[in-house]
Amino acid sequence: MKTALETHITIIRPSRGWVSLRLHELWEYHELLYFLTWRDIKVRYKQTILGAAWAIIQPFFTMVVFSLFFGRLAKVPSDGIPYPIFSYAALVPWTFFAHGLAQSSNSLIDSANLIRKVYFPRLTIPIATVLSGVVDFTLAFIVLLGMMFFYGIMPTVNALWLPLLLVLALVTALGVGLWLAAMNVQFRDVRYTVPFLTQFWLFATPIAYPSSLLAEPWRTLYGINPMVGVVEGFRWALLGTETAPGPIVIVSCLAALGLLASGALYFRRMEKTFADVV
Amino acid sequence: MSDIAIRIEGISKEYRIGRKQEGYKTLRDTLTDALISPFRRAGKLLRGQATGAAELDEAIWALRDVSFEVKPGEVVGIIGRNGAGKSTLLKILSRITEPTEGYAEIRGRVGSLLEVGTGFHSELTGRENIYLNGAILGMRRAEIERKFDEIVAFAEVEKFIDTPVKHYSSGMYLRLAFAVAAHLEPEILLVDEVLAVGDAAFQRKCLNKMESVGQQGRTVLFVSHNMPAITRLCERTILLDAGHVLHDGPSHRVVTTYLNSGLGTTAVREWPDLRQAPGNEVVRLCAVRVRAEDGRIADAVDIRRPVGIEMEYEVLTSGYTLCPCLTLHNEEGVLVFCAFDLDPEWRQRPRPVGRYVSTGWIPGNLLAEGTMIVGPAMRTMVPNILHFHELDAVAFQVIDSLEGDSARGDWAQPLPGVMRPLLKWRTQFCPNGHSTAVVVTEGAGVNKGEVV
Repeated sequence: MKTALETHITIIRPSRGWVSLRLHELWEYHELLYFLTWRDIKVRYKQTILGAAWAIIQPFFTMVVFSLFFGRLAKVPSDGIPYPIFSYAALVPWTFFAHGLAQSSNSLIDSANLIRKVYFPRLTIPIATVLSGVVDFTLAFIVLLGMMFFYGIMPTVNALWLPLLLVLALVTALGVGLWLAAMNVQFRDVRYTVPFLTQFWLFATPIAYPSSLLAEPWRTLYGINPMVGVVEGFRWALLGTETAPGPIVIVSCLAALGLLASGALYFRRMEKTFADVV
Repeated sequence: MSDIAIRIEGISKEYRIGRKQEGYKTLRDTLTDALISPFRRAGKLLRGQATGAAELDEAIWALRDVSFEVKPGEVVGIIGRNGAGKSTLLKILSRITEPTEGYAEIRGRVGSLLEVGTGFHSELTGRENIYLNGAILGMRRAEIERKFDEIVAFAEVEKFIDTPVKHYSSGMYLRLAFAVAAHLEPEILLVDEVLAVGDAAFQRKCLNKMESVGQQGRTVLFVSHNMPAITRLCERTILLDAGHVLHDGPSHRVVTTYLNSGLGTTAVREWPDLRQAPGNEVVRLCAVRVRAEDGRIADAVDIRRPVGIEMEYEVLTSGYTLCPCLTLHNEEGVLVFCAFDLDPEWRQRPRPVGRYVSTGWIPGNLLAEGTMIVGPAMRTMVPNILHFHELDAVAFQVIDSLEGDSARGDWAQPLPGVMRPLLKWRTQFCPNGHSTAVVVTEGAGVNKGEVV
């Protein structure tokens, strides 16, 4: 008893300015993170008729629309790959990103009741919402494999990089999600900004078109949008597009890490006001 | 140093009213504020008025310089009227919100229970919710697995454990929620008013569980309005008022002081700012008052006399049929009664916009003595809308008569019971060893005629 008392000492005092991320504490609560993720997955498609099919319907039908308008009518180039699979390979990680972004930026408000009544590291809430999207991603990815089979495209060895690219998408979604979630607590404008932002970002990412339309120094610089690295990485790893997007992905990784670090710091700084304001 | 479990030094918490009650603001508000406030401040300076950032946002101190220490194994009650800062204190100690000033140190694993069923998800089954809720309250997965059967048995929901909780009755839901919380085993437990739920039998079960928690040598801080529970569970009680520690000492003494000081009861509650009053866009509560027979505001009434509960409210949208109603709880949290307004004047009639006052009179010789907590509410029956229900808006004391003309008669000691009606008694001497049927019917007839 005595040792237990000495190991757990909680100090409570007002914090000022920038505070530490307290990652060790986040680790202490990893079981809660697991349960919150699991809850989000379980609950997501409750009371829907189509259920988990939604995870496939959204990217798939977007692909159909893109193929019709951009592929057929506008004749957008697709790096020598059939347009449908060219766009779908990008839409799968994109949908994961867009959902993660939307869900995490509303996550604190949706969990207002928890925040007001229980203490736990608040970072777990947006992290859990982004993580729960991995299930949807997996379903959509299986369809992608099916399409590759249909078009007779064999994945290259580079497919081993896919998990890393998925982590890059996750980090980007979380980085932006943390910023927006923390701002959303105070300014409900964020709720209305997110759909607009996502739409804008969709066209700022080479999903309907290839990044090879850009000449070189610009193409690498384009990687500042981390989703460019993700999308081009996916195409390169799965479909074997010709140029390896190495430099783009490196730029994207740096940008994503910058987003994540700044997002987490801003989130932690605002955290003390959450329970009072949300 | 380890003979102290909780040490609190000069804890204060400030809320900025403007910000808190608006809930949130839009970016535009902030931008316009930022643009306008320097000019506003400059204007005040020119006019020679004192200025400062504090003036722009009205601030209230929910807690002001609170200090005390709790030893390991102590069970401490915290009492005080609404808004005294009890819940804020628990929120600070459980790290939900930060203090504005001060320092606190807690030695031991902390579990806090500010609400039962936090994080319950209606789509998940009882089993799933036990795991989720347990994790949210800080239990390890292995710990939940170990206690799972015990929790289910305590909640008495074995048969429905794999049913989504949205199909549970409210009683089952609360039992399950409390059962999870009751099986928390931290070294320090912070409990807010969570026992004011469920039926009386279940409340007793919860209290027993709490008592056994205290006996296991755990440190407990227990916020409650339930004075009998406080005196039973806690050896020491702290009375908070307006954010300060007013008394700190043996429970029975502090509770008695509290009940006698009138702090526990407010016979009037007014919401001067309609925007912050309970209610919605249809109707808002402006004031609630407890009135004695002669019309004066009374926080204590004679048990033999009627007492009026007056609700003043503003109808903001015309066309709704409104039905005022009241709930009355006693200090143990037992619901004494609910009653609806039957006045034919506005019954089942859509109301035009404007201010109304409804008063319900509770007859004399009905309530038991003690504190009665009044919960005014406003309903529309069709469609079924609850516009507001302010569970403990005001309270009053019912004082029994010792003159021998109330239900207690010549009995001078504490008298239990939720009601204390004055019955019509008749006692007959029956020298033959039996009474006749005629007498009984006659008696019943008399009763009926006279009581109404």
